[in-house]
Amino acid sequence: MAEVVYGVATSHVPAIGAAIDNGKENTPYWRPLFEGYEGARKWMADADPDVIILAYNDHASAFDLDLIPTFAIGVADEFPIADEGYGPRDIPKVVGYPELAWHLAESLILNGFDMTIVNDLPVDHGLTVPLSIMYGKPDKWPAKVIPLAVNVIQYPPPTGQRCFALGRAIRNAVQTFPDGDNLKVAVFGTGGMSHQLQGERAGWINTPFDSAFLDRLADDPEGLTEISHTELLRDAGSEGIELVMWLIMRGALSRQVREVHRHYHVPASNTAAGLIIFEGSEALVSM
Amino acid sequence: MERAHRDYDDIPGTYVFDSVHHRKGYHLNMFGMSLNDPKNRAKFAEDEGAYLDEWDMTPEQREAVLNREWLEMLRLGGNIYYTFKIAAFDGLNMQDVGAAMSGVTSDEFTQMMIDGGRSANG
Repeated sequence: MAEVVYGVATSHVPAIGAAIDNGKENTPYWRPLFEGYEGARKWMADADPDVIILAYNDHASAFDLDLIPTFAIGVADEFPIADEGYGPRDIPKVVGYPELAWHLAESLILNGFDMTIVNDLPVDHGLTVPLSIMYGKPDKWPAKVIPLAVNVIQYPPPTGQRCFALGRAIRNAVQTFPDGDNLKVAVFGTGGMSHQLQGERAGWINTPFDSAFLDRLADDPEGLTEISHTELLRDAGSEGIELVMWLIMRGALSRQVREVHRHYHVPASNTAAGLIIFEGSEALVSM
Repeated sequence: MERAHRDYDDIPGTYVFDSVHHRKGYHLNMFGMSLNDPKNRAKFAEDEGAYLDEWDMTPEQREAVLNREWLEMLRLGGNIYYTFKIAAFDGLNMQDVGAAMSGVTSDEFTQMMIDGGRSANG
């Protein structure tokens, strides 16, 4: 049986990707952030998931104002690296898993989540920076990746409740994948934590909010789903609303989870960078 | 394009990209999006005014782009991810733009972030 056994939530700040690409991980500015990633990368090498279902948001790369899907799933064989305005990152192409992606699309739609199905999907920093954070600079990405693009730029994004419920539906769908013998699936939720890129309030950071979010994610995710969009905009910043995507990850795990790694650092560019890793299968939790 | 008060309207210094902003800023943002394509970046580099003529923007939006008025672009319906493509074209980073929007130098803004961000510094 295939199962979602790992959950990773991480910020996806473009500057983190640039620091990795340009070999700046040990500069005074970046070292404190990357020191906290060392344990995560070691865990990732051991965990070695076969496939990552990666919830992220596109930032005016594949989608523009003509087409704004709330939830979109990438079903192609591979996904090119997007040119976001300054040339594509020099990183391996992202290889998909069409059989599982189509199974997810069908299962999710039949269970009430009206997914948009996408083949032509250049992936931007929202998807690629989390891979770089967890894997560094490999010759090819060790796992297949199913992109799950979530609109969080056009107001309103999907609610926290809906994101959490989507995670639940993903968990159930993975378990019914017919070709999934012992397939180890990870779900990533990306973006956040508190940050605001725009307006006179640019640079907004709210560490108490972020700390509480990290503390509650394991055992009180339903409580986190009750935070309204306006509260997120106000407390986590206009771009901190990306945190709804973390709830997709949490929803895809078992009710009980084991936290295996956490890191929080301010700043990464204009953002509070957070990372938390859970092991989420019933078997792993009871060990 | 007015609408009834919403409970996020009183968040200071914040431009929520809702339907009103979307409709005001559609052409401005789609111009920004076009800079994803290196051919369009070359055209914009060659003659900014001529390239902007291809886009159905208001005179105010056009001026804001030519003058790189980042805050004004938001007021005119810009979304930061779309307008930031103009900043990236200029070789600026998000600290530069954040600094310009909040009225400080890039060094001051970067230091504010290192010191814990705006909540710690008001």
